[in-house]
This record gives sequence, structure tokens and C-alpha cells, in this order.
Amino acid sequence: MSLRLAIDGLSVALPKSADRPLALDSVSLTLSSNEILCLVGESGSGKSTAGRAVMRLLPPSVRIAAGKILLDGQNLPDLPEAEMRTVRGARIGMIFQEPMTALNPLRTIGDQVGEVFRVHTTLTRAEIAERVQTLLTEVLIPDPVAAAKAYPHELSGGQRQRAMIAMALALEPAVLIADEPTTALDVTTQAQILKLIRDLQRRHGTAVLFITHDFGVVAEIADRVAVMQAGRIVEQGPAEEVLNRPQHPYTRSLIAAVPPLAPADRPRPDGAVQLTVQDLVKTYGRKGFFGTGRVTHAVRGVSLELRRGATLGIVGESGSGKSTLARCLARLIPADGGSLRLDGLDLRTLSGREWRRESRRMQMVFQDPFGSLNPRRRVGDLVAQGLTVRGLSRSAALEKARELFGLVGLDPQAITRFPHEFSGGQRQRIGLARALALEPEILIADEPVSALDVSVQAQVLDLLESLRQRLHLSVLFITHDLRVAAQVADDLIVMKSGEVVETGPAAQILADPQHPYTQALVAAVPGRHWMPPAVATPPEYAPL
Amino acid sequence: MAALKRYFRSPAAVLGLTLLVAVVALALSADLLFPRNPLGLAGRPLQWPLDNPRFWLGTDTAGRDIAAQIFHGARMSLLIGVVATSIAIVLGILVGAVSGYYGGVVDEVLMRVTDAFQTLPNFLLLLLLIAVFGSRIETVVIAIGVVSWPAPARLTRAEFLSLRNREFVEAGRLSGLGDLRLIFGEILPNALPPVIVYASVVMATSILLESALAFLNLSDPNVPSWGNLVGQGRSVLRTEWYVCAVPGLAILLTVLAVSLVGQGLNDALNPRLDEQ
Repeated sequence: MSLRLAIDGLSVALPKSADRPLALDSVSLTLSSNEILCLVGESGSGKSTAGRAVMRLLPPSVRIAAGKILLDGQNLPDLPEAEMRTVRGARIGMIFQEPMTALNPLRTIGDQVGEVFRVHTTLTRAEIAERVQTLLTEVLIPDPVAAAKAYPHELSGGQRQRAMIAMALALEPAVLIADEPTTALDVTTQAQILKLIRDLQRRHGTAVLFITHDFGVVAEIADRVAVMQAGRIVEQGPAEEVLNRPQHPYTRSLIAAVPPLAPADRPRPDGAVQLTVQDLVKTYGRKGFFGTGRVTHAVRGVSLELRRGATLGIVGESGSGKSTLARCLARLIPADGGSLRLDGLDLRTLSGREWRRESRRMQMVFQDPFGSLNPRRRVGDLVAQGLTVRGLSRSAALEKARELFGLVGLDPQAITRFPHEFSGGQRQRIGLARALALEPEILIADEPVSALDVSVQAQVLDLLESLRQRLHLSVLFITHDLRVAAQVADDLIVMKSGEVVETGPAAQILADPQHPYTQALVAAVPGRHWMPPAVATPPEYAPL
Repeated sequence: MAALKRYFRSPAAVLGLTLLVAVVALALSADLLFPRNPLGLAGRPLQWPLDNPRFWLGTDTAGRDIAAQIFHGARMSLLIGVVATSIAIVLGILVGAVSGYYGGVVDEVLMRVTDAFQTLPNFLLLLLLIAVFGSRIETVVIAIGVVSWPAPARLTRAEFLSLRNREFVEAGRLSGLGDLRLIFGEILPNALPPVIVYASVVMATSILLESALAFLNLSDPNVPSWGNLVGQGRSVLRTEWYVCAVPGLAILLTVLAVSLVGQGLNDALNPRLDEQ
């Protein structure tokens, strides 16, 4: 273990219009060969800025104000741009979050991986092609010969990320910066990529700076951990130490907010069956003119039952059809077959007018806190509009909106503001208030916390649970995150490629999965062997 | 407010607005400064500018005061621009919104009609309409609007396609909003900025289209428009060039003003371009 990268008192200044003067405030870190240092923090903590500052890839309006970045004793901020280019790629490699946008869609994978050699070495074309093959084999891309000839859109997300890793490691850099490399991937793919990074790092003795927001990933991969909050490092130390005996209050509150994988202990609801879905089918695409069109079976023959007062978790990876299922249930898109009964009433056969009357009973909370609120309307109107179209006067509807704002923990006076004036967590509360305005019986929650930071996620989940109890709601909770599912769901449905592969009580499925796919899902949960320690102090939340 | 601030930070946008205000000022002061009929005989024909203190922009081939025609013509040009643009934008938004929102067969039919309009060069189509319906100024303005709607329609449709499946629209649908409220209350306000910006392009081309018609002596000869004046001057272009040049310059500056304002609006309404 020798010291590779030393960041010493690094401060990075933001433009005047930003919400704080410094993105990084006297950050000091060291990174030695053959270790993985995880830089953890919530959004806006400056963790990505740190990675970009090392690469000198900061946007033009953001500049390094003070401090040193020493790579093998050489201060990077002092280097002229031309010399910096020989550092990037050759001595420091980088992997990004989104492998689709980091690759050029018009050039083949082999061409893009080979470019590193063309820029930095004098190898011949044949030698480069051979090196590319070796690299693609090393990152375990299936069929490396075909992959080299493929364009980025022809590979899966995981394969693209493997290609990115091949590119980053091409010249065997001493330091690798990985900026949330698995955040955009499904859990099973994430587990494979984490293992790959770990293996390659061991084999080459690379020093890895791994930037993430996910403590599960930290538990999976880190040797050492540094926790960032608002541009400062508040705690750093060996992974085992920080994860199990966190010292700083902020680290403690973050770890306390990580949902444990074990199901919450609570009585199983025994209400009557309220919603029955049988053999629901949804197919996208249509037959082409000669019957050759591409058809996607998004939902194929899904059946489920939701009991009054229960929470049914629907889990699955991207493309499993879980969101399509939710939209079919809410009649946002028409199902192609099967039946959908709410207290015996067949919802699929209702006319548009009848459905608009019944739609009150089933409301939805959406995933994207930014996309689910119309940016041009006041939030009070957004919450009240379902009531006004049903004939309530505007003033009475706004009064109700104020009440609902109080209910979801927002200032009732805030109803005259616009969505952009709220944070992500607050927007999800507004979305919840809107769904509750019509006094629904069933709440469909489509990944309601997956876009939120872990501490905000815990607050929204708590709120959802307390509202469920107070208002006697039945909840369909869609998520890709088994930890979240374990927290909220009484029963689970596991979906894969539009089909239900396993169903049963949450505790049973998580402890003893039967279907191979469910087993793979549970095994892939990052940090599943790590139980977040019970922290004596209650988590401190940022004031709303 | 932030958009307004961004607008005034661009010198080109401020110049455009200044020019546009100047043209509006011409139009408003026309009756005060030139109370007589601008198409009436005023003096000896073809006097050069500044030769006669009464006609500081000279007179045209028929002995009419060019300055009076410029001032009154500003009204005509603005009127043509505003009315024809409104027709084109309203038609375009209606077609684009319905097409993008409903999709399917409705979209297919409306877009093929749009294609039919777009494949014909719009000046040819304009000539055709004028030939059939005559060249009264009302007909000319409506015809210009009718040939200009396809582009705004496509733009609106594209915006609707990307917005109609956003979660906030789905949320509105779940709240029980009908199609009309979803189209006009939820989606349209979000789709409008690029269409408003495009309106400036339509306005500039409308003014040019009318001038081009007038140049061919196909516009309404009974109104004082800049295009008519250019058409008048065509016969004496090599000797008394100022008859064409003065109204030509006015058209150039007005179109420039409208374009600059449109560009400024585009930058002001797209805050993402603001970062650098």
C-alpha cells in the first residue's frame, strides 16, 4: 500500500448565484494503492464535485479556490491543460453514472475502447484490436468479439457499464474514480458490476475512489469510508468502523435512515378482499403492415388481490412491467385483457364518464418529484383541482388543500407557491396531498421514494405509513428496492418480464425465496449481510 | 420576472425591442403627422428626398408623399404581421394539440393534411389563394395566415407528444380532468414557450410575404403598404432607386426587429441556456 492520491485542504468555489459559496470546503483525503475509498453523501453534498475536481473536469463557472491535489507528489491544479490530458485516462481513469450518455451512440464499442490507445500510445491497429479484445474479455462481456463491433444501443445497461470500465482501465491507471457507477443499473446487474470492480481492483492493485449515496453499496465494497455533508468531510475511517460504530451525528442519522432488510414487525391485516385483478394483459406495439411488427408483452396474465387496509408490495427490476401494471390499474392506459374488480365493480368495462366518477377511489403517487407537478400551476390549485372538477367551490377546495398540507407536514400557507420552490421530499408530500384530496380508498404508489435521498426517503415512508393507518388506506406499493419493500409491505408480488414469479407474505419471501429469480434478487441486495446498527439518538432530520 | 431580467441582459434583444417600439411609434403617429390620405396626390412625381422640404423622403411615381406612406404603411405591416400570425398560430396550436394529444388515426389524418400544405411552396399556395379569392387586404391577411400554420402545428404536436405522458398529466387525468382541461390547462401552458418564439418567425415571414405579393402588384392597391411602394418603384429602379430603397429599408428593419425579439424571447424562456 503506497500513497497515490492526496487531496489536501481542497476548496472549490461556486458562482455567486449558487445556494452556498463553496462546493467543497477544506476537503482532505488520501487514497493508497490497492484500496477502495467510498465517498458517501446525499445529493448536493459535493461528492461528485470532488471527483471532477481531481480530473479537472469542473464546469467553467466553478473553480478550485484553495488546496492541493497531489497525484504521486505532482500537484494537478498547477499542470498546464496539455499535460493534464496525459493524466486523464492514462494515470486516472473515470467511470460515470450513466453508461448510455457517456458512450458515443454513433461509434462501435471496440472503436471507443481503442481510442484510449490511439490517443495515448503508438500501437498499431492490429495491436489495438488485440488489446481491446483482452480488455473486453477481462470485464466479462459475453461474446467480446461481437461486443467490439456492437453500437452502444445494442448492449444492455450492464454491458455498457462493463465497456466503460474496460475503457477506464485500458491503460492501467493507478487511480480510478467511479462516480455512482451502479446507480442507474438494476440490483442484480449492480451486484455483478460491484464484484467486477472489486476483482479488477484486487488484481491490478488500483486505488479506487468510489462515489455513492448508497450505504448498502458502501457495505459491499468499501475498505475505507469518508462521509460528506454540505461540502465538508464530517467523518472518515475504516469501513467496518464507520458502518457499525458511526461517531458523527450526521453519519448516524444517515445510517439510521437505511431501511433494514428484515420486514417490520406488525400484525397482518385481515380485511376483506377489496381489489381483485385477474389475468391482466397489456401488449405494446402493433402488428406491422405485413404482420411483422415488434410487440412487447409488458404485462402478461397478472392476477393479484389487495385486502382492505393492507399494503401489497410489487417488486421487480426495470422492464418487469410493474409500472405498466400500476397504470393499467389506474386506467391511465387501457388493459388489453383480464378483469379488474373493485368491491365487485368491474372497472375495465366502465365508460369514460363513469370511470371519472369512480377514479376518486383509486389515486396514485408518482415517482418523479419534479415531473409529477405541473410547473406552471400553484401547488394549492394542483391539490384542489380534483375537488373543483367534482363541483366543490374553489374557496372550499383551497381550504381543503390547506388542511391536506397540514396533514402531510407542510406549511398550509405554502399553497400559493409554485412547485419549483419546494425540495424533492416536499414535492412528494404535495403529490401525496393531491392523491389524498379525493379521499381515495386505494393508494397506488409508483416508486414514490426512489428519487429521494435516504433521510428524506425515511421521512416520506413514515408519513405514508401513518397516513395509511389514520385514513384506513389500502396501498399498492411499487418499488425496485427490496429494503423499502421490506419496510412497507405486508405481502409481496415479484414480477419478471411481465409475469408474477412469486407471491406471498413479505417476511416469508425475503427470508426464504422459492423462485430462482427471487433468490437472485434477494442475494443481490447491496450490503445485505450488514445490519445497520441501532443508533441510540433518534435521526436528526433537516427542518422542512 | 427572471425571464424579463434575462431578456434585458442581451444587447441584441434590447436593440430588437427598440426597433420594434420605433415601428409601433411610426404607426401610432401616422395620423398626427400625416393627417391627409397618404395615397392622395401631394406634389410633382419623383422628387428626390430632401430636395423639397415638404417631402423629406421624396415622392413616388404618382406624386405621393413617400414619408406619409412609410408612416401609414407601418400600421399596415404591423397589422398584417399580427393578424396573420395570430391566425397561423391559433390554427397551428389547435391542429398540433389535437394531433399530439390524441395520436392514432386523428394524428395520422391531421399530419397528412399538414404534409400536403408543407410540400407546396407556401408562396405558390398564397398566389393560388389570391388568384381564387381576390386581393382585398382582408383576403391577403387570411391567406397568409392559412399558408403559415403547418410549422407551428408540427412544433406544438412535438411538444404535446413529449408532454402528454408526463406524470403531472397522468395525475390530472386521475383527478378526473376532462380532455379539454388537460389539453388547455395542463399541457398547453408548458408547450407554449417554443411556439411563442416561433410566432416571431411567422410574423417576420408574414410581413415579407405581403411585400412580395405587393412587389408583384398582387396585393391590395388601395392600402398604403410598404410592399406596394416597393412595387411602385420597380419601374424606376435604375434611376430613382430611393422609391424602392426607403420602404425596403423599413421592411428590413422591421423584420430584423421581430427576429431579434424572437431570439431574445427564446433565450429568456429557456433558462437552461443561461448557465454560461
